Amino acid sequence: MNNLLEAHHISKKFGNFTALNNVSIAVPKGSIFGLLGPNGAGKTTLIRVINQITMPDTGHVILDNEALQPHHVRDIGYLPEERGLYKSMKVGEQALYLAQLKGLSKSEAKTRLKYWFERLEIGDWWNKKIQELSKGMAQKIQFVVTVLHQPKLLIFDEPFSGFDPINANLIKDEILRLKEEGATVIFSTHRMESVEELCDHIALIHQSNKILDGKLIDIKRAYKTNTYEIGIRTPDDRQLQREMAEKFTVSPANFKTIGDELKLNVKLQEMHTANDLLSYLTSKGEVSHFVELVPSANDIFIQAVKNN
Amino acid sequence: MNHLPLIIKREYLTKVKNKSFLVMTILSPVIMIALIAVVAYLSQLNNNSERNISILDESGLLSAVFKDSDNIKYTVLNGLSLNDAKEIVKEQQSYGLLHIENHNKIDDVANSIKFYSEESPSIGLMSDLESVLERHLTDLKLESVGVNIEKIKAADVKVDIAQESFAGEKTSKIDSIIKLAFGGAAGYLLFMFIIIYGNMIMRSVIEEKTSRIIEVIISSVKPVQLMLGKIIGTSLAGITQFVIWIILGGLLLTVVSAIFGIDLMQSQMPQEEIMNQAMNNNEVALEMQNVMVAFYNLPITNLIFAFILFFIGGYLLYSSLYAAIGAAVDNETDTQQFLLPILMPLILAVYIGIFTVIEDPHGTVSTVFSFIPFTSPVVMLMRIPFGVPIWQQLLSLVLLIGTFMFTVWFAAKIYRVGILMYGKKPSYKEILKWIKY
Repeated sequence: MNNLLEAHHISKKFGNFTALNNVSIAVPKGSIFGLLGPNGAGKTTLIRVINQITMPDTGHVILDNEALQPHHVRDIGYLPEERGLYKSMKVGEQALYLAQLKGLSKSEAKTRLKYWFERLEIGDWWNKKIQELSKGMAQKIQFVVTVLHQPKLLIFDEPFSGFDPINANLIKDEILRLKEEGATVIFSTHRMESVEELCDHIALIHQSNKILDGKLIDIKRAYKTNTYEIGIRTPDDRQLQREMAEKFTVSPANFKTIGDELKLNVKLQEMHTANDLLSYLTSKGEVSHFVELVPSANDIFIQAVKNN
Repeated sequence: MNHLPLIIKREYLTKVKNKSFLVMTILSPVIMIALIAVVAYLSQLNNNSERNISILDESGLLSAVFKDSDNIKYTVLNGLSLNDAKEIVKEQQSYGLLHIENHNKIDDVANSIKFYSEESPSIGLMSDLESVLERHLTDLKLESVGVNIEKIKAADVKVDIAQESFAGEKTSKIDSIIKLAFGGAAGYLLFMFIIIYGNMIMRSVIEEKTSRIIEVIISSVKPVQLMLGKIIGTSLAGITQFVIWIILGGLLLTVVSAIFGIDLMQSQMPQEEIMNQAMNNNEVALEMQNVMVAFYNLPITNLIFAFILFFIGGYLLYSSLYAAIGAAVDNETDTQQFLLPILMPLILAVYIGIFTVIEDPHGTVSTVFSFIPFTSPVVMLMRIPFGVPIWQQLLSLVLLIGTFMFTVWFAAKIYRVGILMYGKKPSYKEILKWIKY
């Protein structure tokens, strides 16, 4: 099996409120898995189940072909959405403590911390107290603590909230590098822009139910509408538009160019291919713009929620 | 994976290294001793101030009765009218004027005595004067009806009932006082310890919640472990503080009394009593002996074991509840409504200890409350010096441990859910629901 993590039929109720309803996900080894959904959809509950913070009412989790057990906390690095550090504790002491809780020996933790602190250029913070640092600085330390014990599975819940763009980029690069090194990442967010860049797989959770999952590319294929965005210079825009409307489904497009060409969104029928459209257009004038409209994660998200 | 020692270590070190903890640990005994020294010094100062009291004795019966002491000087005015005497006393700025009218009957004399002064006189002084006058007038009255005072004084009998248990142990009144002191100290110590360090635990849980580190921690350790680690670590810090207080307090007390030459113990007693004691040297020696005997009579081994067991049991019982409260709320101001139900049984226990155990250490009320787990640690600790059958102690202990395990389980449930709940203050109903999560 090449899934690092499988959650099978997880359900969880809090009183009358259903947080998760029969949700299953499978996270392939070495992938970045996007766990998407609006606020309150149940993402955090699912993550807490995986972290053994919350016990599910039904269902079970398998990590690396083993049923989830207490010792697995060593194999997971978790950066929760609600995160923080002991304010009055020194950075170094605190990082050592948290690393030891994850099962590292003190000396091992120290060596690795030195490495990471140098890497992120925060070595001189060792003896500072958290309350002396800015929020972004504290977040960096939090990140280091999360990945320090080299877990097989990394779980980031809204990792970029609270970071400025520079540090967000830095963290994004580190996440990609960790993936290169063989870690599997679960990445929970409701901000879709970051999903496009990072995720290989996604699962969409909405109102406690999983409504969509799979490879991001496959999903995009499934959700594409065969629509192309075109720009064409032709002597008579109206004539062409009328003519095209008979063959295809046409609507005005709005994208920025430097010319004043005719801009259209063209939806192809089953029987046509992109080539058909292109050769048709070249016969009518000079094509300046031809792009297939691939649905963004955001579009898919909105549509999937709407369909549900 | 057992992280408990690690957590205990961190909790202990953070508490102990905390600046306010250090300040409290060192300053508290200093402040306490300073306070005692100031009070002692002031009361000495007060005693040393001299008071002049003038006596206008028209009856001629009583002027010889008053003897000057260190802080009161008596001046006898003779042959003056009351108004003149008042004027003189005012001019001399004496403390006051004692006026005794002349009557045939001693009862009339007694009823006519008046004290004039600028300000209202001190209660202590008045009662001193009254007792002297009463004693002397009674003697005079007895003599007037033909009773020989000397004979009466000689006939005075003093009774001190010797107490002995059926098992042959000699006890005394002092014994009971010593027992009470020990029991009371033990019970009160536990009460204070619970309140001070229970609060500390609660604050530390709230701190973890507000700093939002809690989720990071519990993705590594079980909440129960974290809670227990917190309780144990904080308790160890508390014990450290107490030990330092005792050592430092003892040291300072010795130093201060040496430097200022103030005999702290004696200055608290009224002058008269010291004199009395000096006169009855034999009695003092006897009392001291009684105190020693009382010490030996205490069930020391039982006391120590019971103290340790009930102290730990009672403390853990309450501190787990404190931890649960800390987990249920977001900030300290919200804790009030939850703290009340915890404090009630504690305060009840102390009151029962003070009022009921003194009256009847083995009565129904004392006995029953020394079994109820929420009051038993305090009440039982107060009862034990008076001798409690082992089976009662064991039963109480078993009940305590049972309840303690239940509250820890209960608190852990609330803790587990509560630490992840932010925002609104939960109601009791909601907290009860958490148990099912």
